[in-house]
Amino acid sequence: MELKEKLVSSFLAFENKGNIDLDSTVHAIRLNAIHNFEKEGFPTKKDEDWKYTSLKPILKEDFSLFPNAEKSVGYKNIKDYLINDIDSYNLIFVDGQFNSFLSETTHEDCDICVLSSALARPKYKMVIDNYLNTISNKKNSLSELNTAFVKEGAFINIPKNMIVHKPIQIINFSTGSEKEVLLQPRNLVVVGENSHVQIIERHQNLSKNTTLTNSVTEIFVHKRAIVDYYKIQNDSNESSLIDSTFITQKQQSVATVNTLSFGGKITRNNLEFYHEGENITSNLNGISVLNDKQHVDNHTLVDHKSPNCESHELYKGIYADKSVGVFNGKVIVRQAAQKTNAFQQNNSILIDDGATINSKPQLEIFADDVKCSHGCTIGQLDESALFYMQSRGIPKKEAKALLLYAFANDVVEKIKIPQLKTLITKIIAKKLNVQLGFEL
Amino acid sequence: MSKFTEDDLKKELETKEYEYGFYTDIESDKFPVGLNEDVVIAISKKKNEPAWMTDWRLDAFRIWKEMTEPEWANIRYKKPSFQDISYYAAPKQKPKLNSLDEVDPELLKTFEKLGISVGEQKRLSNVAVDIVMDSVSVATTFKKTLNEKGIIFCPISEAIQNHPELVKKYMGSIVPKTDNFYAALNSAVFSDGSFCYIPKGVTCPMELSTYFRINEGGTGQFERTLLIADEGSYVSYLEGCTAPTRDENQLHAAVVELIALDDAEIKYSTVQNWFPGDKEGKGGVFNFVTKRGLCEKNAKISWTQVETGSAITWKYPSCILKGDNAVGEFYSIAVTNNYQQADTGTKMIHLGSNTKSTIISKGISAGHSQNSYRGLVQISPRANNARNFSQCDSLLMGDKCGAHTFPYIEAKNKSAQIEHEATTSKIGEDQLFYCNQRGINTEKAIALIVNGFGKEVLNKLPMEFAVEAQKLLEISLEGSVG
Repeated sequence: MELKEKLVSSFLAFENKGNIDLDSTVHAIRLNAIHNFEKEGFPTKKDEDWKYTSLKPILKEDFSLFPNAEKSVGYKNIKDYLINDIDSYNLIFVDGQFNSFLSETTHEDCDICVLSSALARPKYKMVIDNYLNTISNKKNSLSELNTAFVKEGAFINIPKNMIVHKPIQIINFSTGSEKEVLLQPRNLVVVGENSHVQIIERHQNLSKNTTLTNSVTEIFVHKRAIVDYYKIQNDSNESSLIDSTFITQKQQSVATVNTLSFGGKITRNNLEFYHEGENITSNLNGISVLNDKQHVDNHTLVDHKSPNCESHELYKGIYADKSVGVFNGKVIVRQAAQKTNAFQQNNSILIDDGATINSKPQLEIFADDVKCSHGCTIGQLDESALFYMQSRGIPKKEAKALLLYAFANDVVEKIKIPQLKTLITKIIAKKLNVQLGFEL
Repeated sequence: MSKFTEDDLKKELETKEYEYGFYTDIESDKFPVGLNEDVVIAISKKKNEPAWMTDWRLDAFRIWKEMTEPEWANIRYKKPSFQDISYYAAPKQKPKLNSLDEVDPELLKTFEKLGISVGEQKRLSNVAVDIVMDSVSVATTFKKTLNEKGIIFCPISEAIQNHPELVKKYMGSIVPKTDNFYAALNSAVFSDGSFCYIPKGVTCPMELSTYFRINEGGTGQFERTLLIADEGSYVSYLEGCTAPTRDENQLHAAVVELIALDDAEIKYSTVQNWFPGDKEGKGGVFNFVTKRGLCEKNAKISWTQVETGSAITWKYPSCILKGDNAVGEFYSIAVTNNYQQADTGTKMIHLGSNTKSTIISKGISAGHSQNSYRGLVQISPRANNARNFSQCDSLLMGDKCGAHTFPYIEAKNKSAQIEHEATTSKIGEDQLFYCNQRGINTEKAIALIVNGFGKEVLNKLPMEFAVEAQKLLEISLEGSVG
């Protein structure tokens, strides 16, 4: 049976199973979403947005939609994937189900917990009604698919005037309890006025079995709030990830999303920013270091609707072996958004002949008093720099790696959590197969 | 003397109609509207074409019937009904003339209004003019000089009669019948166009140019240009057009194929000034053009275009850099005003090693217009050391227009070096103030600044066209700044 039919037919069973008493609005949202998905189906290469990424190879698998959670996962299995030397809130999901034993949540001043319990409790009805599925792109059939099966994920609700001192780690594990698993986590993040929060998100496959994750995150950033969001994508080559993140910003807020891609079979990132207010700053940073047949597709959208806002976008990529990189950055400046500053840059290096980069930096501008630019380069390492280093006694391989490391560093530098920065540096060094001659 | 105020100027500009909007009343030999196999056969018969050509057209027509119009471009318009167009119109008097004196005086008057007196051009600028008036060549000059060099420059209908081997070999080889909707349509019904062949090692001694005009109301024009530069030759080809005011939308679906064999160089320049529609966006020409060139080893093709007219422009002059060391260039200025829409750009397909391409695109939008750049740079796995530089700048005038860029960059070779940059800006207050302060009025100052903005492209035009193009820029932007 085709995956699409399977999903649609299992929807009723999923709805009826309802072990938790759900609000009728959630049912309505789900029902509407499954209709949309049924109508649209999975995107194909004929869709302009999927021109360079084909889902065919992963969709042919016979996915198990509601895997049984592997109970035997303990701290020792997952500790490598946590940032340990840091005090943090942890939200750990194993095969799509929340694992309270491994997690550290709070309800004290703010809510850092799970969506399933928020959906079930009347206390959160207001928040759910106000925010859930309000900015998820209805034209994106994959996020509609996620919405149809909305149930579990992170629920982060930060009230006004609060600085969350500990970063929040959201990690989705799959244990390979079944041969092919489809996971659909759904995260909802609401950050109140003047608040500040840092979030790290990661997806990790613990086995050699196939995993497809279709994740959707909605983030609401209220006035003057600051949100730093980090996505670590360093999964095994059997895992694919489709991640859609939607962010709405109110005036004077600052939102930063760092997409750090180092692995996975096919990774697709849809990142969309919507502005609702003046003096907003949006930062989009990305680094991809790929080898083998890895494929990373970054689709970003910044929709400038109001005046005096800024967006800064920097994506860098290093592609080796037969890896494929796709960058599609779209900036829309609407007529009302005068005095907008929008900058977009995409730099790529191809290391091997089999590697491919497809870049499409797009500007759509309807306002005249703006400063907008985009730049895109594809090139190689500077031969003279390489020669200089070799002439100083640094072996070619090391010199190359150092230069690549320096190339990537522009993005790494923007990471604000020191422990995370160290981790990323280590991952990059390992990927580039080099011993950095300095302590991190 | 009463003072001529800014309001007066505004009024004058608003009421100013298309300068070249006039209509020559020549009795036309015109087909009934509609398109079917019989019409295609009739067109072919009319031109006395051999059977292979008729078959070729019919084949294209069958392909076209299966196709649908492309909708991916960033343009909005009411689709023309292809059954409401007459597919053939030719001036009644047959054009086998040897000197200008024999040309219909009505026609000559038309040219005079356009500012291109054939005689004058002949004397002053040493340009051979092959004037296309509603699809059939009227006068071909300088043929003798070209003949001596062995250069063939004639209407394509003549080439089909006299040089079938060349036409057979190259026509449709760069833009196949199956390429796209409009190319297929053109292949089926093309009325006439230019054919040019430069033999081995010959440098064409003069600029070749053709003026296209749409003259008959309700007739679409389907030009077909085929230009072959044999090994080691050089040619500079100019194409320019103005069209008279018409209320209904006119369709222009042309195909241009360039072939540059080893070591050859082709420079193809266009000034396009089809009727853009009036202030409300009524009328205007639909310009759906497929232009493509093939570069063999060490060959070079350079496209230069100044696009000021047409209600809708859909045009992507492309280069296929097939041979090693081939060079492709694209220089473009696209100006849109009022309700014009342009979706234009280029494709650079790098297949050979050490191939180089340069793209300079300048978009200027004013009024309610939308101006898009859409380009593709593709580096195939075999293209070692390929190099591309692209720059697209947009200038916005007023807050009701839009500027868009859709660059596609696909690299499959590690030695590729690609740079792309795009900026969007408006005319600075300080620049205007500076000019005003020096006694240059705002209108003139804007013309000055726009000309400066487009200088990199204007410089690439042959002299005669550069002057005309600068004037055109001024005319098309008049009244766009309040």
